[in-house]
Amino acid sequence: MQQIFNFVIRNKTFLLFILLFSIALALTIQSHSYHRSKFINSANGLTGGVYGTFNSIDQYFNLKDENAILSEENKRLREQLFNSANTSDSTYIDTTYSKGKYRVITADVYKNSYSLSNNYLTLNKGENDSIKEDFGVITSKGIIGIIDNTSQNYSTTLSILNKRSKINAKLKSTNHIGSLTWNGKSPEYTQLIDVSKFAPVKIGDTIITGGQSTIFPEGIGIGIIDSFETDISGDTYNIQVKLFNDMTNIGTVYILENLDRIEIKTLEARTNE
Amino acid sequence: MNSVLGTNIIRFIALLLVQVVICNNINFLGYINPYIYIIFIFLFPIRDNRLVLLLVSFLLGMCVDMFSDSGGVHAAAAVCLAYARPVLQKTSFGMLYEHQTIKFSNTEIGSLVTYIALGTVLHHFILFSLEIFNISSILLILQKTLFSSIFTILLSVLIIILFSRNRK
Repeated sequence: MQQIFNFVIRNKTFLLFILLFSIALALTIQSHSYHRSKFINSANGLTGGVYGTFNSIDQYFNLKDENAILSEENKRLREQLFNSANTSDSTYIDTTYSKGKYRVITADVYKNSYSLSNNYLTLNKGENDSIKEDFGVITSKGIIGIIDNTSQNYSTTLSILNKRSKINAKLKSTNHIGSLTWNGKSPEYTQLIDVSKFAPVKIGDTIITGGQSTIFPEGIGIGIIDSFETDISGDTYNIQVKLFNDMTNIGTVYILENLDRIEIKTLEARTNE
Repeated sequence: MNSVLGTNIIRFIALLLVQVVICNNINFLGYINPYIYIIFIFLFPIRDNRLVLLLVSFLLGMCVDMFSDSGGVHAAAAVCLAYARPVLQKTSFGMLYEHQTIKFSNTEIGSLVTYIALGTVLHHFILFSLEIFNISSILLILQKTLFSSIFTILLSVLIIILFSRNRK
């Protein structure tokens, strides 16, 4: 017994080192699996407060860009509105009965990273604005990611620039689907894998979100095809997608809540039983 | 003693804030960021208990992790650096370390740079290995280690020289 105590006291530095290192390693490994650690993340009051303070300074420098983006989006929406005016008088939708399928919330980006291999954004809306896990995050140009963790006032978003991100996407011209992943290299490009070899892939074609997930509505822009190659197996294409969004410069985002999500999920769960 | 404690607390908070607010957002050439918070571990008083250093380094790393959503990679790298610190000091300061008389403000600039360079490369290598977590991307790990280390070493040496009071 005496010897054990002596051993512990003699090697206390080493033992403490091993203990702390294993805690850190465990957290690291946990963060590499999909359902990540729920307590070490930037969606909490302390980090959110610090980022919030500095973000309010930072915002002034980006006002010009933000205005340009907003007027661009306004222009696009107005074009849509005026061009759809001719057809809308024939089919009238009573909006009091259909509540719409998506709720949209705007949020500011408090923290954005794009140089790591697993990137996250911190947004300034949380449970108080009924933001929950698995809501979609987009900008006017295209998709950003999926809500991962939430706290009272903040939430973290799993960016599409994350090796664990996997989003259902398809070619705009046809309906061939694939999964959008990231290889960790350039923040301008993501990879669309598992696209059938029968798909007519052309450089310059647009990639949009597919309608198969309950997170994003169909048809949100992602990017255009930059280059493509056949997979080693020869059955599928691996496509290099140049993103519409400049992921290194994101100020304001929209969070999308699919109001039918719970209904769809319960239906799917019942079918699988 | 109190002033030493005070200095270290201020240094801890200041370096943490500078790291997460400024240095994490530099992204020079797309991915090169300096990790200057390790200056805290370099400059921690020598005679103080090593256990305290280990615990404080872990806490510092954990805080950086919390801000940058990176699991525990900074904590792991910082703890390793704190544990390896005596060895680094022995190799770079030699005799001075044996007699426990190092004052960072009056060491030779050469040994100081060696000390910081060795520590930074060690810290960054562990950091990027854990962050990328894929042995087949060893080239990417080495590349990131090399470039970020150069950036960190330059900044650290500059900051230490700027803020040391009685260098002649």
